[in-house]
Amino acid sequence: MSIPKFETPDMSHVAIGKSVSWYEASARQRVRLLLDAGSFEEFIGPEHREISPHLRLFDLPAQFDDGIVVGRGRIASAPVFLAAQEGRFMGGAFGEVHGAKLVGLLRAARDIKSIPLLILFDTGGVRLQEANAGELAVAEIMRALVEARIAGVKVIGLIGGRAGCYGGGGLIAGCCSALAVSEQGRIGVSGPEVIETNRGVEEFDSKDRALVWRTMGGKHRRLLGGADAFVDDTIASFRNIALQLIGSAPGFGVDVLKAEQARLEERLRRFGDCADAVDIWRSEGVSDAEAVPALAAQQFIALADKARRPRDDAR
Amino acid sequence: METLSYRHKVQGYAAGSKSTVIIGVVASGNLEVLVERVLSDTECQVDINTAAEGFGAVWEAVVADFVERRSPGGLKFSINDGGARPDTVALRLAQAVRLIEEDEP
Repeated sequence: MSIPKFETPDMSHVAIGKSVSWYEASARQRVRLLLDAGSFEEFIGPEHREISPHLRLFDLPAQFDDGIVVGRGRIASAPVFLAAQEGRFMGGAFGEVHGAKLVGLLRAARDIKSIPLLILFDTGGVRLQEANAGELAVAEIMRALVEARIAGVKVIGLIGGRAGCYGGGGLIAGCCSALAVSEQGRIGVSGPEVIETNRGVEEFDSKDRALVWRTMGGKHRRLLGGADAFVDDTIASFRNIALQLIGSAPGFGVDVLKAEQARLEERLRRFGDCADAVDIWRSEGVSDAEAVPALAAQQFIALADKARRPRDDAR
Repeated sequence: METLSYRHKVQGYAAGSKSTVIIGVVASGNLEVLVERVLSDTECQVDINTAAEGFGAVWEAVVADFVERRSPGGLKFSINDGGARPDTVALRLAQAVRLIEEDEP
């Protein structure tokens, strides 16, 4: 449960963002403080009551926005489209309506071409109660995202929420132009419990939190090159990095895809035999690899910038 | 799921000019409250969809207490509830009224 922070007249909008944790904030708080004050315009807001048609069959309560806030606003005066998942409602999972709202937003961005789109991921993947509808939603989102990128739209993923970015969310994140992640933001396809259930506790102990964070957490994703930027857990940090990545993210074409394929092949060649994330950090030139999990955000950003370039002209 | 609805006559109406606000998230022990300024100034309505069945008497008491304290005339409250305790419900209702009475930024 979160207590909303009420503005006082002497405190500016951006200054509040510096003191609010992205991880702790709700989707709506993130949207409000990421964008310029008062600039957000929601599409299909909660008053439209576009709720899930599936949840009532399972006797489960719906949410008026189906766990995702979509719309447009301004960031440093420039227009952006934006979608924010609410990780506390059904684990931020993709259901039919939830997915359709993101598909519609991506298609609008594709048609307009010039406005970048931010996805504030906070999801465990497909909503199991909606099964095939949720899987189809993920596939439609991936197609719409790629079509938007072909049209020239930059799609930036911001990851730092409670639910992390798992399942279909991990696949969609992999399609983005660029990703920024905080320490708390985990990225993966199969989550810790899924791996343990399918492959056994010897393969992956989901209760070993240190193992989970160093295998899927933001620091590892940044050092491995899966995320382009690592940020401190504040809304202001995510706002700054979003602006930066909108400027620096690559376009989309055969050359970028070939470079990405080469990068992934090289990653497998170099790290395929590593048993633990710490081995990968060490071979990336991090001398005191064991100390990485305990580093403060600013120390880690300095270390990561030295150890590895944010991108190998790929993704 | 259980659906409940309460309608009250009230003396005063809610200040502010916003037409809609929303607060809270549907999760275990939590709820969302959507507020819409759609009724006449002397009326207030609270519609509830709750996962916890059989607590109608508690809802009735919490809503009656809220209406008496806040006198939120003109407002329709729509609640999706994941089994929140009465104190959480009272807090969210109070937050919702405070939000809709705030001036536009």
